[in-house]
Amino acid sequence: MNYIELSHATKTFKKADGTRFAAFEDVSFGIERGEFVCVLGPSGCGKSALLNAIAGFSLVTSGSVKIGGEEVKEPSPKRVMIFQNYGLLPWRTVLKNVELGLEERKIPKEERRAIAEKYVEIVGLSAFKDERPRRLSGGMQQRVSIARALAVDPEVVFMDEPFAALDAITRMKLQDDVLKLSREEKKTVVFVTHDVGEAVYLADRILILSPNPGRLKSVVNVTIGREFRDRSSADFFQLQKQVFELFEGKATENPVEYYI
Amino acid sequence: MKKFNKTLRNVVVSFATLILVWQLVYSCCHYSPALFPSPASAGSALVETFQNGVMTRNIATSLARFAVGYVAAVVLAVALGLVLGLTPRVFQFVNPIVQLLRPISPMAWAPFIVLWFGIGDVPAIVVVFIAAFFPVLLSTVAAVVNIDPIYFRVSRNFGVRQPKLLWKVVLPAAFPQIANGIHLALGTAWVFLAAGEMNGVQSGLGYMIVDARNTFRTDVLLATIVVIGVLGLALDGAIRLAERIALKGWGGVEE
Ligand SMILES: Nc1ncnc2c1ncn2[C@@H]1O[C@H](COP(=O)(O)OP(=O)(O)OP(=O)(O)O)[C@@H](O)[C@H]1O
Ligand SMILES: [Mg+2]
Repeated sequence: MNYIELSHATKTFKKADGTRFAAFEDVSFGIERGEFVCVLGPSGCGKSALLNAIAGFSLVTSGSVKIGGEEVKEPSPKRVMIFQNYGLLPWRTVLKNVELGLEERKIPKEERRAIAEKYVEIVGLSAFKDERPRRLSGGMQQRVSIARALAVDPEVVFMDEPFAALDAITRMKLQDDVLKLSREEKKTVVFVTHDVGEAVYLADRILILSPNPGRLKSVVNVTIGREFRDRSSADFFQLQKQVFELFEGKATENPVEYYI
Repeated sequence: MKKFNKTLRNVVVSFATLILVWQLVYSCCHYSPALFPSPASAGSALVETFQNGVMTRNIATSLARFAVGYVAAVVLAVALGLVLGLTPRVFQFVNPIVQLLRPISPMAWAPFIVLWFGIGDVPAIVVVFIAAFFPVLLSTVAAVVNIDPIYFRVSRNFGVRQPKLLWKVVLPAAFPQIANGIHLALGTAWVFLAAGEMNGVQSGLGYMIVDARNTFRTDVLLATIVVIGVLGLALDGAIRLAERIALKGWGGVEE
Protein backbone atom coordinates (compact mmCIF):
# COMPACT_ATOMS: atom_id res chain seq x y z
CA MET A 1 0.00 0.00 0.00
CA ASN A 2 1.46 3.31 -1.07
CA TYR A 3 1.68 6.25 1.29
CA ILE A 4 0.19 8.65 -1.26
CA GLU A 5 -2.24 7.01 -3.61
CA LEU A 6 -4.04 8.60 -6.55
CA SER A 7 -6.58 6.58 -8.44
CA HIS A 8 -8.33 7.87 -11.53
CA ALA A 9 -7.92 11.38 -10.19
CA THR A 10 -9.53 13.99 -12.44
CA LYS A 11 -9.90 17.72 -12.01
CA THR A 12 -12.25 19.70 -14.18
CA PHE A 13 -12.91 23.41 -14.20
CA LYS A 14 -15.86 25.30 -15.54
CA LYS A 15 -14.73 27.61 -18.27
CA ALA A 16 -16.14 31.09 -18.84
CA ASP A 17 -18.33 29.80 -21.66
CA GLY A 18 -19.89 27.22 -19.33
CA THR A 19 -18.21 24.14 -20.79
CA ARG A 20 -16.10 21.93 -18.55
CA PHE A 21 -12.49 21.33 -19.17
CA ALA A 22 -10.02 18.98 -17.53
CA ALA A 23 -6.81 20.27 -16.00
CA PHE A 24 -5.79 16.64 -15.53
CA GLU A 25 -7.61 13.42 -16.17
CA ASP A 26 -7.56 9.84 -14.95
CA VAL A 27 -4.25 10.11 -13.17
CA SER A 28 -3.27 7.08 -11.07
CA PHE A 29 -0.01 6.52 -9.25
CA GLY A 30 1.44 5.84 -5.85
CA ILE A 31 4.24 7.43 -3.85
CA GLU A 32 6.06 5.68 -1.07
CA ARG A 33 7.02 7.26 2.21
CA GLY A 34 10.35 9.07 1.95
CA GLU A 35 10.33 9.15 -1.82
CA PHE A 36 11.40 12.20 -3.79
CA VAL A 37 9.07 12.46 -6.76
CA CYS A 38 9.29 15.07 -9.49
CA VAL A 39 6.29 15.90 -11.62
CA LEU A 40 7.51 17.03 -15.01
CA GLY A 41 5.51 18.45 -17.87
CA PRO A 42 5.12 21.40 -20.20
CA SER A 43 3.39 24.57 -19.08
CA GLY A 44 -0.36 24.26 -18.67
CA CYS A 45 -0.43 20.45 -18.41
CA GLY A 46 -1.99 20.56 -14.95
CA LYS A 47 1.06 20.13 -12.73
CA SER A 48 0.01 22.80 -10.27
CA ALA A 49 -3.60 21.59 -10.34
CA LEU A 50 -2.38 18.08 -9.54
CA LEU A 51 -0.17 19.27 -6.69
CA ASN A 52 -2.99 21.39 -5.27
CA ALA A 53 -5.28 18.39 -5.36
CA ILE A 54 -2.80 16.22 -3.46
CA ALA A 55 -2.11 19.00 -0.96
CA GLY A 56 -5.84 19.55 -0.42
CA PHE A 57 -6.08 23.14 -1.64
CA SER A 58 -8.34 22.35 -4.58
CA LEU A 59 -9.85 18.89 -4.51
CA VAL A 60 -10.26 16.44 -7.37
CA THR A 61 -13.65 16.38 -9.06
CA SER A 62 -13.59 12.60 -9.49
CA GLY A 63 -11.37 9.72 -8.53
CA SER A 64 -9.53 9.77 -5.24
CA VAL A 65 -6.43 11.09 -3.53
CA LYS A 66 -5.40 9.32 -0.35
CA ILE A 67 -2.53 10.00 1.99
CA GLY A 68 -1.80 7.43 4.69
CA GLY A 69 -5.02 5.67 3.72
CA GLU A 70 -7.21 8.72 4.25
CA GLU A 71 -8.95 10.76 1.59
CA VAL A 72 -7.44 14.25 1.31
CA LYS A 73 -10.13 16.84 2.10
CA GLU A 74 -8.20 19.93 3.14
CA PRO A 75 -4.66 21.17 3.62
CA SER A 76 -2.92 20.15 6.81
CA PRO A 77 0.25 21.29 8.57
CA LYS A 78 1.43 17.70 8.15
CA ARG A 79 1.77 18.44 4.45
CA VAL A 80 3.31 21.77 3.66
CA MET A 81 3.35 23.52 0.29
CA ILE A 82 6.24 25.68 -0.86
CA PHE A 83 5.29 28.17 -3.54
CA GLN A 84 7.24 29.63 -6.42
CA ASN A 85 6.75 33.14 -5.05
CA TYR A 86 7.67 32.09 -1.49
CA GLY A 87 4.45 33.12 0.28
CA LEU A 88 6.26 34.90 3.11
CA LEU A 89 4.39 37.40 5.23
CA PRO A 90 6.18 40.71 4.54
CA TRP A 91 5.23 42.27 7.89
CA ARG A 92 6.94 39.49 9.85
CA THR A 93 10.65 39.06 10.34
CA VAL A 94 12.39 35.95 9.03
CA LEU A 95 12.21 34.34 12.46
CA LYS A 96 8.53 35.23 12.94
CA ASN A 97 7.74 33.82 9.52
CA VAL A 98 9.34 30.54 10.50
CA GLU A 99 7.37 30.59 13.75
CA LEU A 100 4.03 30.95 11.94
CA GLY A 101 3.13 27.27 11.81
CA LEU A 102 4.51 26.63 15.30
CA GLU A 103 2.22 29.26 16.80
CA GLU A 104 -0.74 26.99 16.16
CA ARG A 105 0.73 24.34 18.41
CA LYS A 106 0.53 24.29 22.13
CA ILE A 107 4.21 24.73 22.78
CA PRO A 108 5.83 27.31 25.05
CA LYS A 109 7.10 30.48 23.45
CA GLU A 110 10.77 29.84 24.24
CA GLU A 111 10.63 26.39 22.72
CA ARG A 112 8.90 27.74 19.64
CA ARG A 113 11.58 30.34 19.24
CA ALA A 114 14.30 27.73 19.68
CA ILE A 115 12.83 25.51 16.97
CA ALA A 116 12.52 28.46 14.59
CA GLU A 117 16.10 29.52 15.29
CA LYS A 118 17.28 26.01 14.60
CA TYR A 119 15.67 25.91 11.16
CA VAL A 120 16.78 29.42 10.27
CA GLU A 121 20.27 28.22 11.15
CA ILE A 122 19.87 25.07 9.03
CA VAL A 123 19.08 27.15 5.94
CA GLY A 124 22.01 29.42 6.76
CA LEU A 125 20.12 32.62 7.51
CA SER A 126 20.87 33.18 11.19
CA ALA A 127 22.47 36.51 10.37
CA PHE A 128 19.20 37.67 8.80
CA LYS A 129 16.72 36.31 11.31
CA ASP A 130 15.46 39.76 12.35
CA GLU A 131 15.19 41.15 8.81
CA ARG A 132 11.95 41.52 6.89
CA PRO A 133 11.68 39.26 3.85
CA ARG A 134 11.80 42.11 1.36
CA ARG A 135 15.36 42.82 2.42
CA LEU A 136 16.43 39.35 1.25
CA SER A 137 17.21 38.03 -2.22
CA GLY A 138 14.82 35.62 -3.92
CA GLY A 139 16.98 32.65 -3.05
CA MET A 140 17.16 33.67 0.60
CA GLN A 141 13.41 34.18 0.70
CA GLN A 142 12.85 30.70 -0.64
CA ARG A 143 15.19 29.38 2.06
CA VAL A 144 13.01 31.08 4.68
CA SER A 145 9.98 29.40 3.22
CA ILE A 146 11.77 26.03 3.31
CA ALA A 147 12.75 26.63 6.94
CA ARG A 148 9.15 27.54 7.75
CA ALA A 149 7.90 24.35 6.15
CA LEU A 150 10.44 22.10 7.89
CA ALA A 151 9.90 23.76 11.27
CA VAL A 152 6.46 22.16 11.65
CA ASP A 153 8.04 18.76 10.92
CA PRO A 154 5.63 17.79 8.13
CA GLU A 155 5.41 14.35 6.62
CA VAL A 156 5.18 15.61 3.07
CA VAL A 157 6.63 18.68 1.43
CA PHE A 158 5.06 19.89 -1.80
CA MET A 159 7.05 22.24 -4.00
CA ASP A 160 5.58 23.98 -7.02
CA GLU A 161 8.42 25.16 -9.26
CA PRO A 162 10.10 26.59 -6.17
CA PHE A 163 13.27 27.67 -7.93
CA ALA A 164 11.85 28.83 -11.26
CA ALA A 165 12.34 32.49 -10.40
CA LEU A 166 15.96 32.09 -9.31
CA ASP A 167 19.22 32.39 -11.24
CA ALA A 168 21.03 29.20 -12.29
CA ILE A 169 23.72 29.25 -9.60
CA THR A 170 21.29 29.92 -6.77
CA ARG A 171 18.98 27.26 -8.15
CA MET A 172 21.73 24.62 -8.11
CA LYS A 173 22.70 25.55 -4.57
CA LEU A 174 19.10 25.28 -3.39
CA GLN A 175 18.63 21.97 -5.22
CA ASP A 176 21.55 20.58 -3.25
CA ASP A 177 20.14 21.93 -0.02
CA VAL A 178 16.70 20.50 -0.64
CA LEU A 179 18.16 17.15 -1.55
CA LYS A 180 20.26 17.07 1.60
CA LEU A 181 17.44 18.27 3.86
CA SER A 182 14.85 15.89 2.46
CA ARG A 183 17.19 13.01 3.17
CA GLU A 184 18.25 14.19 6.63
CA GLU A 185 14.74 15.03 7.72
CA LYS A 186 13.29 11.96 5.97
CA LYS A 187 10.55 13.78 4.12
CA THR A 188 8.37 12.66 1.29
CA VAL A 189 8.72 15.31 -1.40
CA VAL A 190 6.52 15.99 -4.40
CA PHE A 191 8.30 18.51 -6.55
CA VAL A 192 6.78 20.12 -9.65
CA THR A 193 9.08 21.40 -12.35
CA HIS A 194 9.27 21.91 -16.09
CA ASP A 195 13.05 21.69 -16.04
CA VAL A 196 14.25 18.23 -17.16
CA GLY A 197 17.71 18.71 -15.63
CA GLU A 198 16.21 19.63 -12.28
CA ALA A 199 13.96 16.58 -12.27
CA VAL A 200 16.79 14.24 -13.20
CA TYR A 201 19.06 15.70 -10.55
CA LEU A 202 16.54 15.50 -7.72
CA ALA A 203 14.13 12.67 -8.25
CA ASP A 204 13.91 9.07 -7.22
CA ARG A 205 11.07 8.92 -9.66
CA ILE A 206 9.85 11.27 -12.36
CA LEU A 207 6.21 11.45 -13.39
CA ILE A 208 5.93 12.85 -16.88
CA LEU A 209 2.63 14.50 -17.76
CA SER A 210 1.36 15.27 -21.23
CA PRO A 211 -0.91 18.24 -21.88
CA ASN A 212 -4.51 18.72 -23.03
CA PRO A 213 -5.77 17.29 -20.84
CA GLY A 214 -3.01 16.53 -18.33
CA ARG A 215 -2.39 12.81 -18.30
CA LEU A 216 0.32 10.67 -16.82
CA LYS A 217 2.45 9.72 -19.81
CA SER A 218 5.37 7.87 -18.33
CA VAL A 219 7.08 7.13 -15.05
CA VAL A 220 10.85 7.14 -14.91
CA ASN A 221 12.57 5.34 -12.05
CA VAL A 222 15.97 6.91 -11.66
CA THR A 223 18.24 4.10 -10.55
CA ILE A 224 21.47 5.94 -9.90
CA GLY A 225 21.58 6.86 -6.24
CA ARG A 226 20.72 10.38 -5.26
CA GLU A 227 24.03 10.71 -3.42
CA PHE A 228 26.17 10.30 -6.47
CA ARG A 229 24.59 12.44 -9.17
CA ASP A 230 27.15 14.57 -10.84
CA ARG A 231 25.63 17.21 -13.07
CA SER A 232 28.66 17.23 -15.35
CA SER A 233 29.05 13.47 -15.76
CA ALA A 234 28.37 11.70 -19.04
CA ASP A 235 25.83 9.43 -17.32
CA PHE A 236 23.88 12.42 -16.18
CA PHE A 237 23.75 13.87 -19.69
CA GLN A 238 22.65 10.54 -21.05
CA LEU A 239 19.88 10.33 -18.45
CA GLN A 240 18.77 13.84 -19.14
CA LYS A 241 18.61 13.10 -22.85
CA GLN A 242 16.50 10.02 -22.30
CA VAL A 243 14.04 11.83 -20.08
CA PHE A 244 13.90 14.69 -22.51
CA GLU A 245 12.96 12.30 -25.32
CA LEU A 246 10.18 10.85 -23.19
CA PHE A 247 9.06 14.34 -22.34
CA GLU A 248 8.87 15.25 -26.03
CA GLY A 249 7.49 11.94 -27.21
CA LYS A 250 3.92 11.03 -28.02
CA ALA A 251 1.51 10.00 -25.31
CA THR A 252 0.48 6.37 -25.17
CA GLU A 253 -2.74 4.85 -23.90
CA ASN A 254 -1.26 3.67 -20.60
CA PRO A 255 1.61 5.21 -18.72
CA VAL A 256 4.85 3.43 -19.48
CA GLU A 257 7.32 2.71 -16.76
CA TYR A 258 11.05 3.04 -17.33
CA TYR A 259 14.11 2.29 -15.28
CA ILE A 260 17.14 4.35 -16.12
CA MET B 1 18.51 67.95 7.97
CA LYS B 2 19.41 69.54 4.68
CA LYS B 3 16.05 68.48 3.28
CA PHE B 4 14.33 69.94 6.32
CA ASN B 5 16.08 73.30 5.86
CA LYS B 6 15.03 73.38 2.25
CA THR B 7 11.42 72.64 3.14
CA LEU B 8 11.50 75.34 5.81
CA ARG B 9 12.88 77.82 3.29
CA ASN B 10 10.13 76.98 0.81
CA VAL B 11 7.45 77.41 3.45
CA VAL B 12 8.83 80.77 4.60
CA VAL B 13 9.17 82.10 1.06
CA SER B 14 5.71 80.96 0.10
CA PHE B 15 3.95 82.48 3.10
CA ALA B 16 5.96 85.68 2.93
CA THR B 17 4.88 86.10 -0.70
CA LEU B 18 1.25 85.46 0.19
CA ILE B 19 1.28 88.09 2.94
CA LEU B 20 3.11 90.53 0.68
CA VAL B 21 0.54 90.19 -2.11
CA TRP B 22 -2.24 90.51 0.41
CA GLN B 23 -0.68 93.71 1.81
CA LEU B 24 -0.18 95.11 -1.72
CA VAL B 25 -3.79 94.46 -2.69
CA TYR B 26 -4.87 96.04 0.57
CA SER B 27 -2.66 99.13 0.11
CA CYS B 28 -3.45 99.94 -3.48
CA CYS B 29 -7.11 98.99 -3.82
CA HIS B 30 -8.50 100.92 -0.85
CA TYR B 31 -11.23 98.48 0.08
CA SER B 32 -13.02 99.19 3.29
CA PRO B 33 -11.08 97.52 6.12
CA ALA B 34 -14.39 96.00 7.27
CA LEU B 35 -14.67 94.12 3.97
CA PHE B 36 -11.01 93.36 3.43
CA PRO B 37 -8.83 93.38 6.52
CA SER B 38 -5.12 93.99 6.27
CA PRO B 39 -2.56 91.35 7.33
CA ALA B 40 -1.74 93.54 10.31
CA SER B 41 -5.33 93.74 11.55
CA ALA B 42 -5.85 90.02 11.06
CA GLY B 43 -2.61 89.49 12.95
CA SER B 44 -3.68 91.66 15.82
CA ALA B 45 -7.09 89.94 15.91
CA LEU B 46 -5.21 86.67 16.16
CA VAL B 47 -3.16 87.97 19.09
CA GLU B 48 -6.26 89.45 20.72
CA THR B 49 -8.34 86.25 20.49
CA PHE B 50 -5.49 84.21 21.86
CA GLN B 51 -4.87 86.66 24.69
CA ASN B 52 -8.47 86.83 25.82
CA GLY B 53 -8.66 83.02 25.66
CA VAL B 54 -11.51 82.89 23.13
CA MET B 55 -9.40 81.27 20.43
CA THR B 56 -7.71 78.78 22.73
CA ARG B 57 -11.04 77.69 24.17
CA ASN B 58 -12.64 77.26 20.77
CA ILE B 59 -9.64 75.38 19.40
CA ALA B 60 -9.83 72.97 22.33
CA THR B 61 -13.57 72.50 21.82
CA SER B 62 -13.22 71.92 18.09
CA LEU B 63 -10.30 69.52 18.44
CA ALA B 64 -12.18 67.51 21.07
CA ARG B 65 -15.24 67.19 18.81
CA PHE B 66 -13.07 66.34 15.87
CA ALA B 67 -11.21 63.66 17.80
CA VAL B 68 -14.42 61.99 18.97
CA GLY B 69 -16.08 62.00 15.54
CA TYR B 70 -12.99 61.00 13.62
CA VAL B 71 -11.80 58.25 15.95
CA ALA B 72 -15.32 56.77 16.19
CA ALA B 73 -15.60 56.81 12.39
CA VAL B 74 -12.20 55.19 11.92
CA VAL B 75 -12.83 52.43 14.47
CA LEU B 76 -16.30 51.59 13.16
CA ALA B 77 -15.39 51.89 9.49
CA VAL B 78 -12.31 49.68 9.83
CA ALA B 79 -14.25 47.06 11.80
CA LEU B 80 -17.15 47.05 9.34
CA GLY B 81 -14.77 47.21 6.38
CA LEU B 82 -12.90 44.10 7.58
CA VAL B 83 -16.16 42.19 7.92
CA LEU B 84 -17.49 43.32 4.54
CA GLY B 85 -14.14 42.72 2.84
CA LEU B 86 -14.16 39.14 4.10
CA THR B 87 -17.77 38.55 3.05
CA PRO B 88 -18.02 39.72 -0.57
CA ARG B 89 -21.49 38.18 -0.82
CA VAL B 90 -22.75 40.56 1.82
CA PHE B 91 -20.78 43.48 0.47
CA GLN B 92 -22.36 43.22 -2.97
CA PHE B 93 -25.67 44.11 -1.32
CA VAL B 94 -24.26 46.77 0.97
CA ASN B 95 -22.17 48.41 -1.73
CA PRO B 96 -25.06 50.06 -3.66
CA ILE B 97 -26.24 51.73 -0.45
CA VAL B 98 -22.72 52.92 0.35
CA GLN B 99 -22.31 54.26 -3.17
CA LEU B 100 -25.60 56.13 -2.82
CA LEU B 101 -24.74 57.66 0.55
CA ARG B 102 -21.13 58.48 -0.15
CA PRO B 103 -21.56 61.40 -2.58
CA ILE B 104 -24.00 63.18 -0.24
CA SER B 105 -22.27 66.01 1.56
CA PRO B 106 -22.37 65.48 5.31
CA MET B 107 -23.80 69.01 5.48
CA ALA B 108 -26.90 67.89 3.62
CA TRP B 109 -27.77 65.87 6.70
CA ALA B 110 -27.26 68.86 8.99
CA PRO B 111 -30.96 69.74 9.42
CA PHE B 112 -31.80 66.15 10.31
CA ILE B 113 -28.80 65.89 12.56
CA VAL B 114 -29.94 68.91 14.54
CA LEU B 115 -33.49 67.55 14.66
CA TRP B 116 -32.36 64.15 15.85
CA PHE B 117 -29.40 64.99 18.03
CA GLY B 118 -30.43 68.42 19.26
CA ILE B 119 -27.91 71.14 19.81
CA GLY B 120 -24.54 70.94 21.50
CA ASP B 121 -21.46 68.93 20.61
CA VAL B 122 -23.21 66.03 18.92
CA PRO B 123 -24.20 67.57 15.55
CA ALA B 124 -20.62 68.64 14.77
CA ILE B 125 -19.33 65.23 15.86
CA VAL B 126 -21.86 63.49 13.61
CA VAL B 127 -20.86 65.61 10.61
CA VAL B 128 -17.18 64.75 11.15
CA PHE B 129 -18.15 61.12 11.61
CA ILE B 130 -20.04 60.97 8.30
CA ALA B 131 -17.24 62.76 6.47
CA ALA B 132 -14.60 60.28 7.68
CA PHE B 133 -16.67 57.12 7.71
CA PHE B 134 -17.19 56.36 4.01
CA PRO B 135 -13.64 56.89 2.76
CA VAL B 136 -12.25 54.70 5.55
CA LEU B 137 -14.92 52.04 5.01
CA LEU B 138 -14.32 51.81 1.28
CA SER B 139 -10.54 51.80 1.51
CA THR B 140 -10.71 49.07 4.17
CA VAL B 141 -12.98 46.89 2.05
CA ALA B 142 -10.72 47.42 -0.98
CA ALA B 143 -7.65 46.65 1.12
CA VAL B 144 -9.09 43.35 2.34
CA VAL B 145 -10.36 42.33 -1.10
CA ASN B 146 -6.92 43.02 -2.58
CA ILE B 147 -5.02 40.85 -0.11
CA ASP B 148 -2.77 38.47 -2.01
CA PRO B 149 -4.57 35.08 -1.83
CA ILE B 150 -1.25 33.36 -1.19
CA TYR B 151 -1.31 34.68 2.40
CA PHE B 152 -4.59 32.87 2.95
CA ARG B 153 -3.31 29.66 1.38
CA VAL B 154 -0.16 29.71 3.50
CA SER B 155 -2.03 30.39 6.73
CA ARG B 156 -4.62 27.74 5.90
CA ASN B 157 -1.82 25.28 5.28
CA PHE B 158 -0.34 26.00 8.70
CA GLY B 159 -3.73 25.71 10.37
CA VAL B 160 -4.31 29.40 11.17
CA ARG B 161 -8.08 29.88 11.47
CA GLN B 162 -10.51 32.64 12.33
CA PRO B 163 -10.52 34.60 14.57
CA LYS B 164 -6.72 34.41 14.69
CA LEU B 165 -6.57 34.77 10.94
CA LEU B 166 -8.05 38.25 11.30
CA TRP B 167 -5.29 39.76 13.38
CA LYS B 168 -2.48 37.55 12.15
CA VAL B 169 -3.09 37.90 8.44
CA VAL B 170 -6.04 40.03 7.33
CA LEU B 171 -5.31 43.12 9.39
CA PRO B 172 -1.55 43.26 8.77
CA ALA B 173 -1.91 42.41 5.10
CA ALA B 174 -4.48 45.15 4.58
CA PHE B 175 -2.76 47.60 6.89
CA PRO B 176 -0.86 49.84 4.43
CA GLN B 177 -3.94 50.54 2.34
CA ILE B 178 -6.14 51.04 5.41
CA ALA B 179 -3.60 53.47 6.86
CA ASN B 180 -3.69 55.43 3.63
CA GLY B 181 -7.49 55.62 3.76
CA ILE B 182 -7.39 56.79 7.38
CA HIS B 183 -4.90 59.48 6.40
CA LEU B 184 -6.97 60.77 3.47
CA ALA B 185 -10.16 60.77 5.54
CA LEU B 186 -8.54 63.07 8.09
CA GLY B 187 -8.33 65.95 5.64
CA THR B 188 -11.90 65.45 4.45
CA ALA B 189 -13.25 65.29 7.98
CA TRP B 190 -11.36 68.42 9.03
CA VAL B 191 -12.89 70.35 6.12
CA PHE B 192 -16.34 69.49 7.41
CA LEU B 193 -15.66 70.23 11.07
CA ALA B 194 -15.95 74.01 10.73
CA ALA B 195 -19.07 73.62 8.57
CA GLY B 196 -20.57 71.27 11.14
CA GLU B 197 -20.05 73.84 13.86
CA MET B 198 -22.08 76.47 12.07
CA ASN B 199 -25.33 74.83 13.14
CA GLY B 200 -26.66 74.17 16.58
CA VAL B 201 -23.61 75.11 18.62
CA GLN B 202 -22.33 78.18 20.43
CA SER B 203 -18.66 77.23 20.48
CA GLY B 204 -15.85 75.97 18.31
CA LEU B 205 -14.00 77.41 15.33
CA GLY B 206 -17.01 77.12 13.01
CA TYR B 207 -19.12 79.04 15.48
CA MET B 208 -16.38 81.68 15.76
CA ILE B 209 -16.71 82.28 12.04
CA VAL B 210 -20.47 82.69 12.23
CA ASP B 211 -20.11 84.93 15.27
CA ALA B 212 -17.44 87.11 13.61
CA ARG B 213 -19.67 87.52 10.60
CA ASN B 214 -22.63 88.54 12.75
CA THR B 215 -20.56 91.11 14.61
CA PHE B 216 -18.77 92.37 11.46
CA ARG B 217 -15.38 91.38 12.83
CA THR B 218 -13.81 90.40 9.51
CA ASP B 219 -10.37 90.57 11.12
CA VAL B 220 -11.38 87.88 13.62
CA LEU B 221 -13.02 85.94 10.80
CA LEU B 222 -9.81 85.90 8.84
CA ALA B 223 -7.77 85.05 11.91
CA THR B 224 -10.04 82.06 12.53
CA ILE B 225 -9.70 80.94 8.93
CA VAL B 226 -5.92 81.04 9.29
CA VAL B 227 -6.12 79.00 12.50
CA ILE B 228 -8.34 76.37 10.81
CA GLY B 229 -5.83 76.09 7.97
CA VAL B 230 -2.80 75.83 10.22
CA LEU B 231 -4.46 73.23 12.46
CA GLY B 232 -5.48 71.18 9.41
CA LEU B 233 -1.91 71.26 8.18
CA ALA B 234 -0.59 70.28 11.60
CA LEU B 235 -3.03 67.37 11.88
CA ASP B 236 -2.06 66.16 8.44
CA GLY B 237 1.62 66.35 9.34
CA ALA B 238 0.98 64.43 12.56
CA ILE B 239 -0.91 61.62 10.87
CA ARG B 240 1.61 61.47 8.07
CA LEU B 241 4.32 60.96 10.65
CA ALA B 242 2.24 58.38 12.51
CA GLU B 243 1.60 56.53 9.26
CA ARG B 244 5.27 56.50 8.41
CA ILE B 245 6.25 55.18 11.84
CA ALA B 246 3.51 52.54 11.73
CA LEU B 247 4.57 51.37 8.27
CA LYS B 248 8.16 51.15 9.40
CA GLY B 249 7.12 48.96 12.31
CA TRP B 250 4.97 46.95 9.93
CA GLY B 251 7.92 46.13 7.72
CA GLY B 252 8.19 49.02 5.32
CA VAL B 253 6.50 49.31 1.94
CA GLU B 254 8.63 51.97 0.33
CA GLU B 255 12.34 52.32 0.56
N1 LIG C 1 -8.77 27.73 -10.67
C1 LIG C 1 -8.81 27.44 -11.99
N2 LIG C 1 -9.92 27.71 -12.72
C2 LIG C 1 -9.98 27.40 -14.04
N3 LIG C 1 -8.98 26.86 -14.72
C3 LIG C 1 -7.84 26.58 -14.06
C4 LIG C 1 -7.70 26.85 -12.67
N4 LIG C 1 -6.46 26.46 -12.29
C5 LIG C 1 -5.86 25.96 -13.39
N5 LIG C 1 -6.70 26.03 -14.44
C6 LIG C 1 -6.39 25.55 -15.80
O1 LIG C 1 -5.91 24.24 -15.72
C7 LIG C 1 -4.86 24.04 -16.63
C8 LIG C 1 -3.67 23.51 -15.92
O2 LIG C 1 -3.17 24.54 -15.10
P1 LIG C 1 -1.92 24.36 -14.14
O3 LIG C 1 -1.72 25.66 -13.46
O4 LIG C 1 -2.11 23.18 -13.29
O5 LIG C 1 -0.76 24.10 -15.18
P2 LIG C 1 0.80 23.93 -14.90
O6 LIG C 1 1.20 22.65 -15.50
O7 LIG C 1 1.07 24.14 -13.47
O8 LIG C 1 1.41 25.08 -15.76
P3 LIG C 1 2.69 26.01 -15.43
O9 LIG C 1 3.90 25.20 -15.73
O10 LIG C 1 2.55 27.13 -16.37
O11 LIG C 1 2.60 26.41 -14.00
C9 LIG C 1 -4.60 25.36 -17.32
O12 LIG C 1 -5.19 25.32 -18.60
C10 LIG C 1 -5.29 26.35 -16.44
O13 LIG C 1 -5.82 27.41 -17.22
MG1 LIG D 1 2.07 25.63 -12.33
